[in-house]
Amino acid sequence: MALAKITSVTGRAVPVVGNDIDTDRIIPARFMKCVTFDGLGEFLFNDVRKDPKTGAITDHPLNQARYQGATILLSGANFGCGSSREHAPQAIQKYGFKAVIAESYAEIFFGNSTTLGMPCVTAAREDIAKIAAAVDANPQAEVTIDLVKLEVRFAEQTVKITQRESARDALVNGRWDAIGELLDGIPAVKETARKLPYLATA
Amino acid sequence: MPSPQSLFEKVWTAHTVKKLANGQTQLLIGTHLIHEVTSPQAFGMLRDLGLPVLMPHRTFATVDHIIPTNELVEPYKDSLAQAMMDEVRKNCAQFGITFFDRATGKQGIVHIVGPEQGITQPGTTIACGDSHTSTHGAFGAIAFGIGTSQVRDVLATQTMALGPLKVRRIEVNGRLRPGVYAKDVILHIIRQLGVNGGTGYAYEYAGSTFDGFTMEERMTVCNMSIEGGARVGYVNPDETTFAYLKGRPYSPTGPAWDAAVARWKSFASDPGAKYDDVVKIDAASIAPTVTWGINPGQGISIVENIPSPETATSADDKAGIIEALAYMKLPAGAPIKGTKIDVAFLGSCTNGRLSDFREVAKYLKGRKVAAGVKAIAVPGSQIVALQCEKEGIDKILSAAGFEWRAAGCSMCLAMNPDKLVGEQLCASSSNRNFKGRQGSPTGRTILMSPVMVAAAAVTGTVADAREVFTVN
Ligand code: SF4
Repeated sequence: MALAKITSVTGRAVPVVGNDIDTDRIIPARFMKCVTFDGLGEFLFNDVRKDPKTGAITDHPLNQARYQGATILLSGANFGCGSSREHAPQAIQKYGFKAVIAESYAEIFFGNSTTLGMPCVTAAREDIAKIAAAVDANPQAEVTIDLVKLEVRFAEQTVKITQRESARDALVNGRWDAIGELLDGIPAVKETARKLPYLATA
Repeated sequence: MPSPQSLFEKVWTAHTVKKLANGQTQLLIGTHLIHEVTSPQAFGMLRDLGLPVLMPHRTFATVDHIIPTNELVEPYKDSLAQAMMDEVRKNCAQFGITFFDRATGKQGIVHIVGPEQGITQPGTTIACGDSHTSTHGAFGAIAFGIGTSQVRDVLATQTMALGPLKVRRIEVNGRLRPGVYAKDVILHIIRQLGVNGGTGYAYEYAGSTFDGFTMEERMTVCNMSIEGGARVGYVNPDETTFAYLKGRPYSPTGPAWDAAVARWKSFASDPGAKYDDVVKIDAASIAPTVTWGINPGQGISIVENIPSPETATSADDKAGIIEALAYMKLPAGAPIKGTKIDVAFLGSCTNGRLSDFREVAKYLKGRKVAAGVKAIAVPGSQIVALQCEKEGIDKILSAAGFEWRAAGCSMCLAMNPDKLVGEQLCASSSNRNFKGRQGSPTGRTILMSPVMVAAAAVTGTVADAREVFTVN
């Protein structure tokens, strides 16, 4: 399985501010009654994009005309906390996002996103604020996340980012979906299982 | 002499297949649990890739999230729920996977079924497409909640790619005060360490309080490890663990039992094992705890006042308090005690086990749910339900005004007909108080122990169960 080498992501960005944005917020559970992930993008952040009482469209950044077409999501600390549902990164990706820049991530969300080839990079709060200010001033501003140099370039500015090395390595070398390598390991898997009594018998 | 190791390190080493090119480990997952919400897409991916399930006898399925608890006959009124049921059946039949369907009498919440059947064992690795998989750590297993692509990986290869975790030992010592439960212990821990304090860690729970805990109490604590940001939580296996497992359907028998116990013991953390961090908590300092905000770390003891933005310790904390109070519609600085509730929910993989229902029945006998409060009691499995019914617990709860339901996740996340309506406020024994978690985008949740839910139900307000039921 040849996978794309993801060394950078370039696009417009949209700030979705706040800390601890949880997976229930990203995709409310009632939209998880599905047997495929298709169509999930439509319900991304549903309950904050529509007024829960009236159903009216709110001024959530994803609803604002100026941010339409953005492919980079900006957010705060502990993004994606809560459940292990892959529905969350799937909804973000299906909506059209290609990467996330935030202050920190919940573990499972981070891993799920990486497996989908959607980089989640970490930047300092003040640097995220700078990017947000730049795209607020000019929503058309081009933002580039460079996974090789570990920086974000935008509006003639550059800020440093970090990313867990295993994830960065997997993305830039085109092995973010581990399935191929895991399948190659099957003989060794059987060997390891043979040494574990609870798996050896069967 | 090898240097002393923690259980986490030993289990990790025993299940390591190899190092992957990106530095992660290909980790063997001995036991795979699946449910209807996060598995169908994984089977779809498997079909797309033309792959079989490598060890179908090591995957066990149940249905819990969408299954209605007030409707026993199929087809269900909700055609999407029915479609998901049909999908699990089809996938299990096609790939030869054991399925604890309702007809088996063993169906229930995945984290209750595993232990109940004796599938959850010490020294093993477990994965499930569900974040509360950490529950199984109560047995000294290393149990991971995973995403759907990883469910696919485990189905196809019985492994997944993972980086190692650090280990934080959380020692709780001493006796809990009357009216304080395992749920309060974990709410207290999360309040202290924060909702992301556990990022990158496995939590090892230890100390005399845990030594004295039953398996069900240990499960309640391990269950909510993920709410503190820890991927994994565990308790070292001991005689309590072995006594619980003895005679369960999937437990070893005869000479294999003794061999298994010896092996299980060998996985316990060695004295002198090194930890990346150690936290000590005095059990006597823990009070009945309730949440006031929109994440499980926003908790206070029942006798405290709701925080106000002025008391915030940082700008973040302040913004968090303002956002939470606005959503919860709670007055800053006022006592939480006395807050009016609309719904009382007993159940979930945190507190939907036999001991939970036994404990509330003790106090609800002869009491009545307050007028205007909707109260539902949802056993975590068919086996829990049956035992409660044998003991007359269902009758006590029904007489008090609780609806007694069939097994499932129910109002914990409301992917079924059990939902809050509008801004209803729910006193809940579940594990998440996120915005909209219980089915209404404006619904409000206050997390607490089952006995505190019972006290809230009979008074119609958030109450101190120690006063309501004269616990001392
Ligand atoms: S009871 Fe709640 S937390 Fe537990 S598995 Fe079901 S939905 Fe998840």
